[in-house]
Amino acid sequence: MFRIVHKRQLSDAVFEMGVEAPRIARKVQAGQFLMLRVNETGERIPLTFSDWSADEGWVRFIFMRVGKTTHMLSHLEVGDEIADIAGPMGVPTHVEDLGRSVVVGGGVGAAVAYPVARAMAQAGNAVTVILGARNASLLILQDEFEALPGVEVVVCTDDGSAGRKALVTAPLKEMCEAGTVDHAMAIGPAIMMKFCAATTKDFAVPTIVSLNPIMVDGTGMCGACRVTVNGETKFGCVDGPDFDGHAVDFEELMSRQRIYADDERLADADYSQGCACHQ
Amino acid sequence: MSPVDETPGSTGAVPADKPRHRPTKGPRVPMREQDAAERAVNFDEVAIGYSADEAHAEAMRCIQCKNPTCIEGCPVNIDIKSFIAAIIDDDLSEGVRVLKERNALPAVCGRVCPQEEQCEAACVLARKGEPVAIGRLERFLGDHDLACEIDHRCAPEVGEPSGKRCAVVGSGPAGLACAGELRRFGHEVTIFESLHAPGGVLTYGIPEFRLPKEIVGAEIEMLVQMGVTIETDMVIGAILTIDELMTDEGFDAVFIGNGAGLPVFMGIPGENLNGVYSANEFLTRVNLMKAYEFPASDTPVWRGRKVAVVGGGNVAMDSARTALRLGADEVFLAYRRTQDEMPARSEEVHHAREEGVEFKMLCSPVEILGHDGFVTGLVASRMELGEPDASGRRAPVCVIDADFTIDCDTVIMAVGTRANPLLSKAAPDIDLTSRGYIVTDDNGATTKPGVFAGGDIVTGAATVILAMGAGKRAAQAMDAYLG
Repeated sequence: MFRIVHKRQLSDAVFEMGVEAPRIARKVQAGQFLMLRVNETGERIPLTFSDWSADEGWVRFIFMRVGKTTHMLSHLEVGDEIADIAGPMGVPTHVEDLGRSVVVGGGVGAAVAYPVARAMAQAGNAVTVILGARNASLLILQDEFEALPGVEVVVCTDDGSAGRKALVTAPLKEMCEAGTVDHAMAIGPAIMMKFCAATTKDFAVPTIVSLNPIMVDGTGMCGACRVTVNGETKFGCVDGPDFDGHAVDFEELMSRQRIYADDERLADADYSQGCACHQ
Repeated sequence: MSPVDETPGSTGAVPADKPRHRPTKGPRVPMREQDAAERAVNFDEVAIGYSADEAHAEAMRCIQCKNPTCIEGCPVNIDIKSFIAAIIDDDLSEGVRVLKERNALPAVCGRVCPQEEQCEAACVLARKGEPVAIGRLERFLGDHDLACEIDHRCAPEVGEPSGKRCAVVGSGPAGLACAGELRRFGHEVTIFESLHAPGGVLTYGIPEFRLPKEIVGAEIEMLVQMGVTIETDMVIGAILTIDELMTDEGFDAVFIGNGAGLPVFMGIPGENLNGVYSANEFLTRVNLMKAYEFPASDTPVWRGRKVAVVGGGNVAMDSARTALRLGADEVFLAYRRTQDEMPARSEEVHHAREEGVEFKMLCSPVEILGHDGFVTGLVASRMELGEPDASGRRAPVCVIDADFTIDCDTVIMAVGTRANPLLSKAAPDIDLTSRGYIVTDDNGATTKPGVFAGGDIVTGAATVILAMGAGKRAAQAMDAYLG
């Protein structure tokens, strides 16, 4: 069991949660993820680490309330326990001084972008973070990004309710055109990563994406998370989650993310019937 | 020394106070099973097991050979003759004790061991008729033990505390057998399991209808009773390296039994369509995550109406029979050779056929067809058998221009596994084979002092009992290493 030691609501449907996990906290690196099972009948879901403290023995993750598991999670409070957390899984994001780096964080993807931007800045990169969301209420971690030393933050929203009224690809393209980007990393919904990669490809800017396929065990055993990269099948959990954005088959990824859409709706509807936040 | 008399009716010397054993002749006592039509739609165990009377009647068929060959046929050399004698004498606790001398998980092995290739193949009666149903008798004793309260069950004796601490990586058959044996030597044991539940393939792989999870849980409970500590959610390689186990965590020796790992796909077009599963994923969703109880259990599984399973091993049979139970209208198995070359146990093949799985032999998939991201069919090549290959089996050869299409909405790939790369992270200084499996000597010692390994991660995918045997042998070598 893993005790919850921190909870903060970042927007209507987005929560930050911290749990006591000293062994994991000692090992985790930017870009890695955990597998979580909320209770005895729960599904195993992957969530990326958003922050951690080896000294204090905790790890944090950020989730959006979209299905039954995240719905149940959102109802847990500090002091409650989560049945299972395993990790750190996946290959850490490759961090070195690559020069001028852009980190794009879209929606909840900002949670993953935060430790990546921090690590890239610490490694000596001049980091620009492009933070995007549909509207101001869905924008998360803006203050935290702005507090990072050596990091410049550009905010955009689809409706202009915060920062620029633009998609994240607009500032990204401008920077590519200006020749001020040596390396890009895009983390967010698959569709956003697809268009970020398409944008940088024209300018031959190396672009890493952090993929979020469906997983079951997260240790390489099942192959649910397979993605096609450069025409080859890779496992998101042990070969990734980071891949060359210019080589990923995003159409396939998006199609595979939809496989259980009906079941997910059914499970959440079933759960929500007795749920206070829906009454 | 008198020559061995193995004719039925001879028992060799018996103690004077014991009535002479007079074996009965005739066929083996059948084991009751759920009716095929009924069981094909539920997850309850197929084989019901022997009653005490049935077990006694079957045990009476054993001629109690003076030099029992069955024991040599057993990978862990269980004293089969003695446990059968105990059933004959109605001394079931003695029978359980004898079994547990050699095998920590009798109720599991009685169900999933390929006895027909091992002890039963070596039974003298098999020469002229049906061998003694050793597996069923083992299961009977194992179940008899499990039916008792935990405090009344037969617990193997735990050795005097040695002051040494052992880590076991993986809680599948190899790890469990190793842990049990290490406790008998008096060593402290902690098992590290990467998933949230212990048991390895016994829990995530072998279906409920063949090996109820209650049985697996009860056998593991006994190990805990013996003092074995099990830590779940511990992905060794990610959270701790082998070196850290031996330094920071203070373990004196480590056993690695983390299993075969990654599922193999065929590399054919369409394999990443929705509705294509590895057998590992399909079975894990259903067995470990209980997807058959969805939405009471949160994990879903794609429930196909027409399911194609590719492969001819036990895992393929388990997948096909599971698909039927999830409500498929039609399940067929595509295998590139013929039934004679199939690696699956004949009992599993027989059960699958009885339940309605259709076998398409000499059929090798070349492409999976899809529409809108989901599977709609399978294109396969017609094969014929050619010359024997390296495995000694006749190799399938493609018949030119004889491809055909089969409609289906689900494809399950049960074509094997390969080694998990997480392992090289756990201990970069342990030698691996070119295929990523761990190199060990005959006793399971790896190239790193104090680190031992066994099971599928050494041999590649094999059986539960071979993994258990390897775990036990390694435990003995670890005991010797620890001095």
